[in-house]
Amino acid sequence: MPAENSKNQNNVVATRWIYDPKVRGIIFQAVAVACVAWMLFYFISNALHNMETRGIATGFAFLENRASFGIAQTLISYSEDDTYGRAFIIGLLNTLLVSVIGIIFATALGFLVGIARLSKNWLLSRAAAVYIEIFRNIPLLLQIFFWYFCVLRNLPAPRQSMSLGDAFFLNVRGLSIPAPVIESGFSFVVGAFIVAIIAIVVLRKWAKKRQYLTGQIFPVFYSGLGLLIGLPLLTFLFSGMPLHWELPELKGFNFRGGFTIIPELFSLAVALTIFTAASIAEIVRSGILSVSKGQVEAASALGLRGGLTLRFVIIPQAMRVIIPPLTSQFLNLVKNSSLATAVGYPDLVSVFMGSTLNQTGQAVEIIAMTMAVYLTISLVTSALMNMYNAKNALVER
Amino acid sequence: MNIGKNEIVVELNDVNKWYGEFHVLKNVCLRVQKGEKIVVCGPSGSGKSTMIRCINRLEEHQQGDIIVKGTPLTNDLKNIESVRREVGMVFQHFNLFPHLTVLENCCLAPMWVRKIPRKEAEAAAMKYLERVHIPDQALKYPGQLSGGQQQRVAIARSLCMNPEIMLFDEPTSALDPEMVSEVLDVMIELAKEGMTMLCVTHEMGFARKVADRVIFMDKGQIVEENTPEEFFNNPQSDRGRLFLSQILQH
Amino acid sequence: MVVYREQPSLPSPAGQSSVAAWLRKNMFSSWLNSIVSLALLYVLIPQLWSLIHWAFISADWFGDNRDQCVSGGACWVFITNRLNLFIYGFYPESEHWRVNWVYALTALQVAALLYPKTPHKTILTGIFFIVYPFVVFYLLYGGAFGLEVVETHKWGGLMLTLLLGIVGTLAALPIGIVLALGRRSEMPMIRALSVVFIEFWRAVPLITVLFMASVMLPLFLSGEVNMDKLLRAMIGIILFESAYVAEVIRGGLQAIPKGQYEAAKALGLNYWKSMGLIIMPQALKITIPSLVNTFIELFKDTSLVTIIGLFDLLAVAKAGLSDPAWLGYSTEAYAFIALVFWVFCFGMSRYSMYLENLLHTGHKR
Repeated sequence: MPAENSKNQNNVVATRWIYDPKVRGIIFQAVAVACVAWMLFYFISNALHNMETRGIATGFAFLENRASFGIAQTLISYSEDDTYGRAFIIGLLNTLLVSVIGIIFATALGFLVGIARLSKNWLLSRAAAVYIEIFRNIPLLLQIFFWYFCVLRNLPAPRQSMSLGDAFFLNVRGLSIPAPVIESGFSFVVGAFIVAIIAIVVLRKWAKKRQYLTGQIFPVFYSGLGLLIGLPLLTFLFSGMPLHWELPELKGFNFRGGFTIIPELFSLAVALTIFTAASIAEIVRSGILSVSKGQVEAASALGLRGGLTLRFVIIPQAMRVIIPPLTSQFLNLVKNSSLATAVGYPDLVSVFMGSTLNQTGQAVEIIAMTMAVYLTISLVTSALMNMYNAKNALVER
Repeated sequence: MNIGKNEIVVELNDVNKWYGEFHVLKNVCLRVQKGEKIVVCGPSGSGKSTMIRCINRLEEHQQGDIIVKGTPLTNDLKNIESVRREVGMVFQHFNLFPHLTVLENCCLAPMWVRKIPRKEAEAAAMKYLERVHIPDQALKYPGQLSGGQQQRVAIARSLCMNPEIMLFDEPTSALDPEMVSEVLDVMIELAKEGMTMLCVTHEMGFARKVADRVIFMDKGQIVEENTPEEFFNNPQSDRGRLFLSQILQH
Repeated sequence: MVVYREQPSLPSPAGQSSVAAWLRKNMFSSWLNSIVSLALLYVLIPQLWSLIHWAFISADWFGDNRDQCVSGGACWVFITNRLNLFIYGFYPESEHWRVNWVYALTALQVAALLYPKTPHKTILTGIFFIVYPFVVFYLLYGGAFGLEVVETHKWGGLMLTLLLGIVGTLAALPIGIVLALGRRSEMPMIRALSVVFIEFWRAVPLITVLFMASVMLPLFLSGEVNMDKLLRAMIGIILFESAYVAEVIRGGLQAIPKGQYEAAKALGLNYWKSMGLIIMPQALKITIPSLVNTFIELFKDTSLVTIIGLFDLLAVAKAGLSDPAWLGYSTEAYAFIALVFWVFCFGMSRYSMYLENLLHTGHKR
């Protein structure tokens, strides 16, 4: 076999191929891939064989079959005659609903608690610390059970609901709130809102230019806020208030009309929020602490007041440290929403991996589809996060 | 030695400060004239950094008065802000804002505190960056610069606010030896142009060249105040002698 | 020119370090602060008082049945009555001593291994990882040495939770190490396989993994129709956990300065020797606090096994609540379980913080 480096006639060192690290590497990888492939082949052939002997169907045709089970909360229309495929969509939408609600409230609460933890007020910072330490160290499932079984089960029956005015009713079946019914003039309000947003963008550009030219600072934030709220509000009033509320009414044993937030959703959302907010608070706290004291001192020495220092020095640097673990927590929240099965909230796992699997027995396809959904969410979020990190990294030598 | 013909820009009267129970500044009295260059030296823990940090209220004193250009330093935020506009500070660890370019670092305070239009602020910033000899780095980020370059940017950043008084807190202590001279040169030029400077430093060569007065502090109080020649050649106190013998060995 | 005489250190002026000064600085330093402090005190103190009143002062502690719960406070009788169930699950009472031995031996070994100053750590680790699992298996399951067999469906309560957590983390360690090394490998196929494996298990919720283990695992293996349910859950947990352990160890490997790898190479050590003798010992030492954190996370997540029908601590409590003799005491039950989890998790997290401080003073960050 010709040696690798036999150009030099005088000093021929025959490199035996088996000691060449490159060749070794290739052999090793080939063996590894072969092992993995064999393992997969073994599993798959076993699975196919076992499914055949037990009479379990294969393939995705079951998605067209009639579901024949009801679902407690559906964001789009659904009846027992709809397909399993539609049930999948419903479950997915419910998962997304509770995840979005959870993310919004957990972030808000987490930021508040994190900032409170850093407060100079001893009571406030201790109270925040106690909150964080308690809710981080108790399993989420237990917290969900607590809210669902201890708090919400003890609410009164619909006939004795706790109520706020004639509009809000809290009982063991859920929280019934008025539902907005949009009338014809409402599109003007939406139009006004869009106009307000465009106006704010233009205003910002103009104010920035003015500052560059004359140095005067225009209060963009407050005027923007005023526009955002005021313009749609005025349009609303002037077009005759094209919105009325459908109030929930007690008919028989239940409330009809309005929105009902079922206790399953409520307990899941509350538990997810409180649990995740504790972790987010720690992330926020360490992010803000990561900005060295010298930065704040330099800003103060230059004459920058608290608000300006926060805006230009602390927040930009803290956000760099906060955002990656924050996205991790968001992903955790989405994954944790699968605990809905424990209280019967019809999320993706409960509807698809629970009811549908029970009825069709097609475990492999169903579990694969469910995992694929979570995988997609996770990978997309990771990709976005990597893009954000690359774009915002501090430029160094 | 100047005999007080010039305006007194910084006045410390019987300033006392405690950290908890630790008495860190003991009856410190100081009068700085306009255009004076003062070097503060002393062993570590003597309170020299604490004293100059009290002048721009990065530290609070508990007893005594500090008056900067006629404004007394109290808990009144308006007073503090007006003092900070007149007093610039250069830190041992530079403290440049890493997420902003050099130019943005320099323009931030003039634009948002003095409300100067951006074009003017940028022109002034470039002028000062030229004075510290690094106009070509204006669009770089601090992380891309060497220590000496970063400290010069820090000096330019403070100068952009047009302060009347410059405080230096051990500006060269964190630098590699070969970069110390580039920063000291800038400080010497600044001194020659007539800036009032209070400098905490161990660089005795700089003190000899530039200082009108050397103040030696130990254990929270001013032990000796003298011209550089007098202090370095003929220290009058035991502790001064001890300190000089320790640092002048190299 | 001017020389000053030395002045004595004076005590700080009155009110610098007294309680009043502390209060003024920390709670009442400004108008806003004062309002916040007063509002918090107004809200928190009555709540705390009523909680203490309910939980301790007017609570009932011991007894046989619910008739003992007459005062308006917490009915801890429910807990004390069923304490055995919480600790041992459905393990037969005559064999409880076996579980006690497992508890004691495990606590002893874990304490010895985590305490930084124990001698002969390598031998102890070897025993803990290789010999002890057999000991545990035979003690708990039985079937040899004259011990009666106790089927796994009788295992439950705190014992099951600890078993799942500890075995899950420990068995995941070797797999995690291999995966971490694979992810950092220079061979593209190995790296790809590791990344795919790790990212997959980290992206899916534990519930889907447990379902998969419970339902799909029997399908993948030939023969076994009724594979032990606990074993299925355990396999799922181990695979799931190995991905997280891999990421923790990867962080540790990244923290080792490049100079260590280079020095090992320069000494002539091949890949496996340099990993085994130089890099891994250092990496594992640094990552112990993070590994403890991973264990804490798994410990909390083991509560999910109730959904596939195993009776961990939480499930046992919930099962107890459906006993008609004890209806309506869900708050007490959950509060007690929460306390148990909290004590474990908080204690372990404090310990890991202590370890982190200890280990980082010796290692340059």
